[in-house]
Amino acid sequence: MTKQHSNWSPYDNNGGSCVAIAGADYCVVAADTRMSSGYNILTRDYSKICKLADKSVMASSGFQADVKALQKLLAARHLIYQHQHNKQMSCPAMAQLLSNTLYYKRFFPYYSFNVLGGLDSEGKGCVFTYDAVGSYEKVGYSSQGSGSTLIMPFLDNQLKSPSPLLLPAQDAVTPLSESEAVDLVKTVFASATERDIYTGDNLEIVILNSEGIRREYMELRKD
Amino acid sequence: MFRNQYDTDVTTWSPAGRLFQVEYAMEAVKQGSAAIGLRSKTHVVLACVNKANSELSSHQKKIFKVDDHIGVAIAGLTADGRVLSRYMRSECINHSFTYESPLPVGRLVVQLANKAQVCTQRSWKRPFGVGLLLGGLDESGAHLYYNCPSGNYFEYQAFAIGSRSQAAKTYLERRFENFKDSSREDLIRDALIATRETLQGEKLRSSICTISVLGVGEPFHILDQETVQQLIDTFELVGEEEGPTAEPDADAGEGVAAEQGDVPEQSGAADQGAAPMDI
Repeated sequence: MTKQHSNWSPYDNNGGSCVAIAGADYCVVAADTRMSSGYNILTRDYSKICKLADKSVMASSGFQADVKALQKLLAARHLIYQHQHNKQMSCPAMAQLLSNTLYYKRFFPYYSFNVLGGLDSEGKGCVFTYDAVGSYEKVGYSSQGSGSTLIMPFLDNQLKSPSPLLLPAQDAVTPLSESEAVDLVKTVFASATERDIYTGDNLEIVILNSEGIRREYMELRKD
Repeated sequence: MFRNQYDTDVTTWSPAGRLFQVEYAMEAVKQGSAAIGLRSKTHVVLACVNKANSELSSHQKKIFKVDDHIGVAIAGLTADGRVLSRYMRSECINHSFTYESPLPVGRLVVQLANKAQVCTQRSWKRPFGVGLLLGGLDESGAHLYYNCPSGNYFEYQAFAIGSRSQAAKTYLERRFENFKDSSREDLIRDALIATRETLQGEKLRSSICTISVLGVGEPFHILDQETVQQLIDTFELVGEEEGPTAEPDADAGEGVAAEQGDVPEQSGAADQGAAPMDI
């Protein structure tokens, strides 16, 4: 007799895609607003993006209940940090905190695929990309979620350094301007929406720069 | 006195039914430098006197932000005060996390009082040597509470603790009936005057006092030194008795500077300048 496996899973995948691109003095973080479960759409209007600190914005796809719990935990930890240090957490510090928080649940992980975008202490854009258990890396751009397999190769094509054959390919912050990066994000999501059924409805874009944080929205296909 | 026989530890009653260790702890509060609190229906102002040990050293921090809607001023053993502030901050964060809403002030006060009571009934502990003036805003309005080392707490319209606080209390007792409807500026002015009373003739300067404000639409924050000095200069022109209302404080409009509230240096909270006074 074979072992009985439970037909109940503590996890669900709510789909969706996230992208972040780092520029010389800005950072763009974007995610679609569709929340699904299986072949159903739960809502067309759910934000996967969370502002963790003045200069750190996180976008997460995966199981949104875990994402919400993670966001709340990080917000509380940030408040403690502010009480103790009298200042906001820097983006690299938040990156490390996120990594540690994820690994803390190594044996019952947050089903959350995150990209953290923000400005470092010099005002340069930075993007950190994570797996579900906290392995992370500072990169120039990244995507996560159901559409990432469609999005990432295109970002590599547009943003990766031009001669990967000669040197190890370094994806430094892109030389693109802020408006060019935002256009690239819109293009990328429009393409992903075509072929990924879990990506669509609306696109939420958050742009961080020296002037502060602003939000843009764009409609995506709703089918 | 006979006190000495029954005061060795907190778990010993005196024949007169007193716990001397607790009373000694309250004595420690009286020795600390003054802290003053006042409230209106919509605002709470906490003020304290910062006495540095010497010209070379910095002064003790006596006002702490606990949450956007709660602040605390302490008198007594400031180390105990710091530890209790950390506890209060933790309680506020845990409540917000669980209930997605700010911890009601009255609840925090009771939790704090219970914590203090524990230390009055354990032979291996000592009472906290700090008095806390808690100012907070919740759905039922603005509140000012005083928490004792004994574990008692009281709600006040205005109160002062620490050394020479009696002078401030006398001033506040004369005026407190009006505080309920005071404007934010008048409340701050009364706090500064009360602070000046505790200085017994020494000149009131922003370097020796700290003022913090909290109110409807205004998260708890500590006013920076320049603002305080400008306020002092303005009301001193008017004199000690009631005069025309104080100049409109541009701090009120600056909004959410609260996150970084504790440091006196606050960018963006600059005062726009005094309105002319009718003398």
